[in-house]
Amino acid sequence: MEYTLLILLLPMLTFIGLGLFGMKLRPAVAGCIGTLSLAVTALLAYMTAGQYFLMPRVDGAYEKLLPYNFDWLHFTENLQISLGILLDPISVMMLVVISTVSLMVHIYSMGYMKGERGFQRYYAFLSLFTFSMLGLVVAPNIFQMYIFWELVGVSSYLLIGFYYTKPEAIAASKKAFIVTRFADLGFLLGILLLSFFTGTFDFEALTSGDTSVFSGAAGVTFMGASVMSWALALIFIGGAGKSAMFPLHIWLPDAMEGPTPVSALIHAATMVVAGVFLVARLFPLYIIAAPEVLVGIAYVGAFTSLYAAVVACMQTDIKRVLAFSTISQIGFMMVALGVSGMGGHEGTGYMASMFHLFTHAMFKALLFLCAGAIIHTIGSNEMSRMGGLRKYMPVTHITFLIACLAIAGIPPFSGFFSKDEILSATFSFSPVFGCFMSFVAGLTAFYMFRLYYGIFWGTPAKHEHTPHEAPKSMTIPLMILAIITVFAGFIPFGQFVSSDGQPYTIHLNLGVAIASVVIALIAIGIATYFYKSKCDIPERLLNMFPHFHRAAYHRFYIDEFYLFITKRIIFNCVSRPIAWFDRHVIDGTMNGIAYVTQRASVLIRGLQSGQVQQYAFVFLLGTLLIVLLVVLI
Amino acid sequence: MNFLSLFVLIPVLMLCGLFMTRNMKQIRWICATGSSLLLILAAVLTFMYIGERNAGNTEAMLFTASAVWYAPLNIHYSIGVDGISVAMLLLSSIIVFTGTFTSWKIETMPKEFFLWFCLLSIGVFGFFISTDLFTMFMFYEIALIPMYLLIGVWGTGKKEYAAMKLTLMLMGGSALLLVGILGIYFASGASTMNLLELAEQHIPEVMQRWIFPLTFIGFGVLGALFPFHTWSPDGHASAPTAVSMLHAGVLMKLGGYGCFRVAIFLMPEAAKELSWIFILLTGISVVYGAYSAIVQTDLKYINAYSSVSHCGLVLFAILMYNETAMTGAVMQMLSHGLMTALFFALIGMIYGRTHTRDIREMGGLMKIMPFLAVGYVIAGLASLGLPGLSGFVAEMTIFVGAFQNADVFHRVMTVIACTSIVITAVYILRVVGKLLYGAVVNEHHKQLTDAVWYERFAVIVLIIAIAGIGLAPLWVSDMIHFSVDSLWPF
Repeated sequence: MEYTLLILLLPMLTFIGLGLFGMKLRPAVAGCIGTLSLAVTALLAYMTAGQYFLMPRVDGAYEKLLPYNFDWLHFTENLQISLGILLDPISVMMLVVISTVSLMVHIYSMGYMKGERGFQRYYAFLSLFTFSMLGLVVAPNIFQMYIFWELVGVSSYLLIGFYYTKPEAIAASKKAFIVTRFADLGFLLGILLLSFFTGTFDFEALTSGDTSVFSGAAGVTFMGASVMSWALALIFIGGAGKSAMFPLHIWLPDAMEGPTPVSALIHAATMVVAGVFLVARLFPLYIIAAPEVLVGIAYVGAFTSLYAAVVACMQTDIKRVLAFSTISQIGFMMVALGVSGMGGHEGTGYMASMFHLFTHAMFKALLFLCAGAIIHTIGSNEMSRMGGLRKYMPVTHITFLIACLAIAGIPPFSGFFSKDEILSATFSFSPVFGCFMSFVAGLTAFYMFRLYYGIFWGTPAKHEHTPHEAPKSMTIPLMILAIITVFAGFIPFGQFVSSDGQPYTIHLNLGVAIASVVIALIAIGIATYFYKSKCDIPERLLNMFPHFHRAAYHRFYIDEFYLFITKRIIFNCVSRPIAWFDRHVIDGTMNGIAYVTQRASVLIRGLQSGQVQQYAFVFLLGTLLIVLLVVLI
Repeated sequence: MNFLSLFVLIPVLMLCGLFMTRNMKQIRWICATGSSLLLILAAVLTFMYIGERNAGNTEAMLFTASAVWYAPLNIHYSIGVDGISVAMLLLSSIIVFTGTFTSWKIETMPKEFFLWFCLLSIGVFGFFISTDLFTMFMFYEIALIPMYLLIGVWGTGKKEYAAMKLTLMLMGGSALLLVGILGIYFASGASTMNLLELAEQHIPEVMQRWIFPLTFIGFGVLGALFPFHTWSPDGHASAPTAVSMLHAGVLMKLGGYGCFRVAIFLMPEAAKELSWIFILLTGISVVYGAYSAIVQTDLKYINAYSSVSHCGLVLFAILMYNETAMTGAVMQMLSHGLMTALFFALIGMIYGRTHTRDIREMGGLMKIMPFLAVGYVIAGLASLGLPGLSGFVAEMTIFVGAFQNADVFHRVMTVIACTSIVITAVYILRVVGKLLYGAVVNEHHKQLTDAVWYERFAVIVLIIAIAGIGLAPLWVSDMIHFSVDSLWPF
């Protein structure tokens, strides 16, 4: 499968081409070049997927292919970075997800970004992002993953800050980069630890299930935990940063300052699931070497999903609701990985996580693109400016509804199947955990329908001009994604992706399925009652708990806490004193030495006056002193 | 005659040529030709060097030559290169070349400026090709003196103070160095100044214990070793553009290179024994410089403190005492030289237009001068270690290398050094956000123009070099690694 190299090369060349010569092209031409090159990339990705999954299985599992792998940099005899392409079920699945969503976003942006200043730059950055993300998922070693991990971080930074004259966008892009960079420090240290004890960066060796690979770490402990646990926990911190897990989630809601298609691509469907992908990629290692870290991951994911769902219920900016919903859904995926075991029924969680990653990418991208269409015509993100839009925007309305039903977990939409698998995996891990996650799933249905009714039903807000449906270039991607959202649930996902590679047939756990659907329906019912037409119950409820409401609206003041740390502590209590110390103490010492030297020379200067009488006097005095000394002693 | 001597001969010829020039055109012609020749020469040398190595030549130094200079003391003019010096020569020639172009329109006393500039180049190139301690020291001094005049005459701001401070502190370093060199000469008992011959002698450990700190600090002053780094912010801030470039880009590398070649190479036992003191100091440099950079408001101060941090990493890696970290140290010298030169070039160009370096008085430059702004973003990304640009490969090699030391002290220091990647991101993005993005702060800035051809040329050359190393690091890393490996009695 040598042509897979083109999947990476095409977006990269497009980036270089548009980056260098984009300004000389007409915007539409640049857009077409970007979109066409991505269409080819997507086609190649589908070809790869088709060819890969039709390959005969070896021992029941799909073979891992390594069509390219060349040396890039040597560190030590064992540790060498190579760049290559690894094809296995999850990377092929990710290729399909990324190229599909990216293609949709490319087409959609032709309409959405029309007439924007820097249209060519936008497409160049989109290509850069797609290239980096594709490079990340096909990485055959953890260092290549880190390289592309940083590259997606930068492309995300550039795209969030696309409107570079807007102060909020600048602040948001900076925040996103620094928070993820902080998490990446953990990732880097994790890689260093892991590679030191295993002597390899290769996923193949790390995840082979062979315990001899980390025999070097046996018995090495640090603060009560084995060194492998430390390494894997640190690596998870990197993943938690990119995947916006609590408490590193703070950058994602702010990242919504970027253009909406970018939010759909990067901050909903692809980059934010990189953390999930990372854990999935190292899953066999987690299972053998550090199962306790996996449990930790499950708890982090569960808490994050609840936290984000509660906050999502209170937000009024539609993109922020979707952002918190994304955080919550990624929490679901993390939980699924955390509770999963290895092989067969035990490994349901792993399969469910990947399945949910797949379906979520489609319906969340759809939700964001719908939101984009709405923002495009309304000119605001605030729910209060919307209402009653279903009459004006039929296509957006229907596709948004489909996506809402999918995320709420209503059959037969795709979200139902994947979420049901996650829930049944959590129930088999622990019933309490299962109930907890079912409750969060109910909350999901509630806040999504709150959003849906707020936008499309209720009394229309006053608009300067009548809202209208988005142009074809924007509605067609919506329709395509909606179709995928409807049917993706019927893909026999377990046949392709499972924890041990063996085909796994998904059995609908009827009890869990019925219970979760009932919960979702109840939540939707409540949302309908509250928000479909005017109703004062939500208002009254909020007034009953004013503190809770305010805290949730302000995202429980986590951002303020971070601001305090960075501004007050780092900036004012560390950096300023250090800078002062440098200028006044260290440099002061240097200047002091110079000053003392100068003063001393002024003092001694008198001795070199050039007056012979003075010299004679000193000479005599000196001789006298010596004579005296000699006589006395 | 050995062709390596051309590295010294070309600047000498330039110097002679400059004496005879009458107008700006001739000056430019001579400088452009000379620096291009140097660049070509360095490129040819690199190819020849790699060719020789691929052909299986495993001599420690290639293209060696030697001529007696002062027989009673066994001082020779002996030259030769290994992978480390080839990398440094390549760096120096790129920076001299681009520095010439950034000074294309220099107005006050251009002839004298370029005269001193050439003298500086003689010192730099001579230093990197010497294999004789005495010649090396002589070239080192040749490189330092012109700095005083270049800053004192062509500088800006508190230039006399800065020039004096820089010269005195560096001279203080040289004094220690001279004592150290004499110490090596007598303690080794070999009565030779040749580095390779000295390395075969064993300097008694009692002697090493006091010679090593002398030489390490002596060179370390130039490599911005904490707490002897304070000449750097003032010096860089006052120096004219090309001098800042050459100073931060190449001269500071003289320090790192010297520590490597003399202090560690000749006194490995003491280096190992005393390394903890210097690891502490350099570890402090790395974070301390980065934290200081966060609150600066002058573009050049930000960059100077950033250099303290990055150069601290060079010395830190050298002391980590293994092949990988040392290879990383040399790569970091190369990478830092290129990107800091790019930074200072851009800052000079921006300052030439806005007449301020205070980031609070500027903003929204992306709209006004997109070329310079994009260049600045690229330099910033290289500085914060974006993969695909040179900073990443160098830093990662250092971190992986440093992490191979398994004891707690080294581990802790490595982790502390690693945190600099986050702090670097903070100060870089802060500057980029304030300076380039946002609304235009000063209305007068709206009339400013973007870069002209010679400025663009210099910036593009530097960016190509940075991206070249970042995208295909293997040849550099192998070239350096081989020399580190063969020189080293690990």
